[in-house]
Amino acid sequence: MKKIYQVLIILTLIALIPFSGYTQCKSFAKKVCKLELTPYIHDGNFNAAILTEGEDAELYKTFYAGQNYRIYICGSDALPQIEFQVLDINRNVLYDNRKSNYSKLWDFKLEASQQLIISLRVKGLEGSESEELISGCVAILFGIKEN
Amino acid sequence: MNIRKIPQKALNFYAVFLIILIAASCSSDKSKKSDSDEMVTLDSLEINEQLIKDVKAVKEIFYSLPSPLETAMILKQAGAKYNEELLNPTGNVSKYVTNKSMALNLGIYTTDLSYASLFDQTQATINYMNASKKMAEGLGILNAIDEDIIERLEANVNNRDIIMDIISETIMNSSSFFEENDRQALSTIVLVGGWIEGLHIAINLVDPDADLDNNELVNRIIDQKLTLNTVLNLLDQNADNEDVINVVSDVKELKAIFDKIEISTSKIEPVTDAQTNITTLKSKTNVSMSPRTFSDLKDKIKVIRNNYTL
Repeated sequence: MKKIYQVLIILTLIALIPFSGYTQCKSFAKKVCKLELTPYIHDGNFNAAILTEGEDAELYKTFYAGQNYRIYICGSDALPQIEFQVLDINRNVLYDNRKSNYSKLWDFKLEASQQLIISLRVKGLEGSESEELISGCVAILFGIKEN
Repeated sequence: MNIRKIPQKALNFYAVFLIILIAASCSSDKSKKSDSDEMVTLDSLEINEQLIKDVKAVKEIFYSLPSPLETAMILKQAGAKYNEELLNPTGNVSKYVTNKSMALNLGIYTTDLSYASLFDQTQATINYMNASKKMAEGLGILNAIDEDIIERLEANVNNRDIIMDIISETIMNSSSFFEENDRQALSTIVLVGGWIEGLHIAINLVDPDADLDNNELVNRIIDQKLTLNTVLNLLDQNADNEDVINVVSDVKELKAIFDKIEISTSKIEPVTDAQTNITTLKSKTNVSMSPRTFSDLKDKIKVIRNNYTL
């Protein structure tokens, strides 16, 4: 009977992992990342996921002429550095944060509206012999500002 | 007392509960099904050696539509004026009883709310926040727009920055609630509702006698051709949802008209101002839209918007 209870407890914890991870991610994005957009106003969209080192993600969005934008890439402290690039629709690189000391934000405006791709990758821990893969919340937030 | 019977019943009940819980967690994100199998969800987990070898880089794809707040800012930046007659009357709230109609009108009312707030329309801002609250409550979104938010809004009606922050928080609470509760289809429908409302306001603010060339408001409407594929990709992630299927049909009808608009763009050149550290993406765009296409677009948007609000 004791073993059955132990198995049930373990299964319960496994079942709850996705819910707790997502809730933590939302809370992290709201409480930590959103503040970094100041003086831009968060557009309200929530783009966040749990990523593991070495994993990548892409976001497609149209940005409009005349608006001022801030892209902020926010990763939980446990994660290694996050590389991010901004690409045009033909995948030409317009910005690469590796050339800006892995900056987490990029401020820009456009002369003409464009669909852009935000491509990000959680770096792997080089030289690490640990068997532990690090995972954590990564949020992509957009700030907008009136002229 | 038979002490063995009670735990057995409890165990049976618990086993059923657990199966449901595990099933729910396994299907908690259909759109990212291929990812969820390999994703771990805590900051740090110990994983055995075999699992480390098996884990492959996973690509997560997001499609982001302009939020109601961004839509309103785009309109204002393009020179739009305030016209309350274009908004969905708040008296319509009682008409919306299905999840689909409430989700569409949550997006529509939130766009109206953002538009009113950007033009410092204090009473309309409060009214549209209340209308959005009713839609959110109808959809079971707890705490997205609570009494505290309404009170904060009323206390800061003359502080646009705070109002916009409150609206931003409201939008984020709603979208994250849907994600958290495996209702991504509704989240997408909310965004499409807001997007259609933005198009409706913009196209009706264009002076009927205006030159369609070199008109900023018309240019922002044309720009929605760029967003259309994002809308369809987002809807496609929830293509098995019946409400989404109907919305896809509307968006495809719009696409057929947008396809008649030609847009060509030059190569983008990023230029960074060393003082402000702000980069300007320099490029030129040529667009071509006939008055007939504009008229068709206006008619189609009217039909879709009436279908969502009346």
